[in-house]
Amino acid sequence: METWTDFVIARYNYWIVIILMMLGLYTVFARGNLVKKIVGLNIFQTSIFIFYITIGKVAGGTAPIYIGDELKHGHGYGDDHGDGYGEDHGEGGHGADAAQGDEAALLHAKVENDPGVNDLKSAVNQAESAGDPVEAGSLHAEPDAAMKVANDQLSGLGKAPAAPEFEIAGAAQAPDGTTLDGAYGAAEILYTNPLPHVLILTAIVVGVAGTAVGLALAVRIREAYGTIEEDELEAMDNVAEFGDAAEAASGAKA
Amino acid sequence: MNLPEQLPVLPVVIPLVLAPISMLLPSGRAPWAWATFVSWLTFAACAFLLAAVEDVGVISYALGDWAPPLGIEYRVDLANALVLFLVSGIAAVVFPFAYRSVQLEIDARQAPFFYCALLICLTGLLGVTITGDAFNVFVFLEISSLSTYALIAMGARRDRRALTASFNYLIMGTIGASFFVIGVGLLYQATGTLNMADLHDRLAGQSNRVVDAGFAFIVVGIGLKLAMFPMHLWLPNAYAYAPSAVSAFIAATATKVAVYVLIRFIDTVFGFEFEFLGAAFTYVLLPLGLAGMFVASLVAVFQEDVKRMLAYSSVGQIGYMLLGLSFATVEGLTATLVHVFNHALMKGALFMAVACVVLRAGSHSIHAFAGLAQRMPFTTWAFIISGLSLIGVPLTTGFVSKWYLLEAAFAAGYWYAGFLIVASSLIAVLYVGRVVELMVLRPPHEDGPYAIPKRDAPLEMLIPMWLLVAANIYFGINTELTGGLAERAAEALMFTAGAGQ
Repeated sequence: METWTDFVIARYNYWIVIILMMLGLYTVFARGNLVKKIVGLNIFQTSIFIFYITIGKVAGGTAPIYIGDELKHGHGYGDDHGDGYGEDHGEGGHGADAAQGDEAALLHAKVENDPGVNDLKSAVNQAESAGDPVEAGSLHAEPDAAMKVANDQLSGLGKAPAAPEFEIAGAAQAPDGTTLDGAYGAAEILYTNPLPHVLILTAIVVGVAGTAVGLALAVRIREAYGTIEEDELEAMDNVAEFGDAAEAASGAKA
Repeated sequence: MNLPEQLPVLPVVIPLVLAPISMLLPSGRAPWAWATFVSWLTFAACAFLLAAVEDVGVISYALGDWAPPLGIEYRVDLANALVLFLVSGIAAVVFPFAYRSVQLEIDARQAPFFYCALLICLTGLLGVTITGDAFNVFVFLEISSLSTYALIAMGARRDRRALTASFNYLIMGTIGASFFVIGVGLLYQATGTLNMADLHDRLAGQSNRVVDAGFAFIVVGIGLKLAMFPMHLWLPNAYAYAPSAVSAFIAATATKVAVYVLIRFIDTVFGFEFEFLGAAFTYVLLPLGLAGMFVASLVAVFQEDVKRMLAYSSVGQIGYMLLGLSFATVEGLTATLVHVFNHALMKGALFMAVACVVLRAGSHSIHAFAGLAQRMPFTTWAFIISGLSLIGVPLTTGFVSKWYLLEAAFAAGYWYAGFLIVASSLIAVLYVGRVVELMVLRPPHEDGPYAIPKRDAPLEMLIPMWLLVAANIYFGINTELTGGLAERAAEALMFTAGAGQ
């Protein structure tokens, strides 16, 4: 029996989105300072980014990186392919753990081995079908069932998918990679839906461009008016307008 | 890979790729000449596309050869081929017109950037129109909007209010675009696709709160972009303080493209199976359209600034377009498409006439128009003829629009809307008549700030302007291209929307 608190808590991500959205919009409308308005606009847009990322999340899904064949055929991470790249990354100590470096190496190697576009396409197809939105929708609607499905699918990992986003990184730290082989042998790989991420990368770029133009305008306004407070600007504009009208009226009479 | 196959992508690629070159050219005539050349190339591509679509019906182009619905699809049917033709046509006329006006109103240093931004704005508008992908619409919408903010702000050399106008437009425009993205996100959540045709298939029969909310966000978002009454407050100042050439270009194209997007989403994406749509028509679009027609037109009567008067009139004219759309009939949609086309012609010509006055008088205040008939006869007559077209006098395009709209109103049973259309046209007589009376009957100022030398605008401005005026008369007499094509386009749209069965 689902109580209303469960209902609220199960959808916590949407509440965050709504709260941020309202905060942002309120800031845009309530603040008189032009820079604060831009900041409000940014908060508002950030809520949309989070909303899109929320859509793309598939409970228990891994990062949308194509890793099908290597793993199924028992190659370990980075053993054959990504030596140089992976090691450099690890030694450099860029804060990324070894597993992530290896993942990058794997992708690198993959591209080197199969440069064909067809493979990329099939990768996208697979990702699409794995992150099938109908399924995703139902997962969202019934979080309990979603966890169960995710549990079943990831049983080979032997871990509860408490933080599924980091699942692959965590599991990959196993030295020989056998856990993963087992997992992928037992179940189809469940990917997070990559498309919303890509979309929102685009939207972030658009948002940054908009912020840049807005701030540039604020600088120009400050140069031209000497202030960036909206009420003062409005007062000056009104004076300009009625001044014009008054001048014009006297000019017409003369 | 031959050129005809790649035709659908050319209207976007040509201006996008060639625009930055105008920034690299030395200032002077070169950037302008290059931009004009690019706009003509684009227009040629759009004209070929329209001709091709007329033969074939629908052209689908898979961008980067990624097949839809996964890849981005450019889908050209009659409706957007017509809008593409219109937008690129207006650009092809405005670019040659712009040189003298830009020379006066913008720093020579900024001129190359100005032409580059104008070309990118054109790219965005064409992209919005041509794409068949819902998210792609957002991207192109923002490409055009961001360059428009910059273009409007360049008016600051003459009047610093251009900066605040641009800033307000940026805030409202960004909120509008963000609302649109939320709507698209909700639709994606409900369907898992972004391709418009695919969205339509997958939305069929779906009626739940996710889709309803998506619809509401999209309508409000586009409503902000197209200045649907009462979300129009950014528009008058933006049009009034922008450089004259920019006013002429965006007044004729930007809101029209937004209207097209609204049509596309309502008819192609949602369709009449969507239960919420009827309510949206009856309780939102119809009353807001009617209110816009009256309130904005009435406000226009009391404006002291001719550019702002025309801007308010634009808001009123958008009311007509929404009205035609809200009838949910083939006739109504035809009227909307015809008016989109015709209103672009008349507003383009009117704003160009104002640009000519600004060139000579240095002001777009209504007082600068006194006695203009004696000083600048060609400009005056261009203004009068397009003004008559705005009112809807027979033998002009405005009459054709109003005729289609009236017919649609009575056919759909909204007889009271028919009377209101006529009544609001009478308001247009007031605001156009006010300027015409000043121009023709008053004596010109002999001295003072509004005195004008007896010298008409230069030929390079008169010729493009009179081309548009001639189009106003030509399409008022020969309605085969506009009326005929719009009707076929409307039939196709309504068929996909589900009214054809």
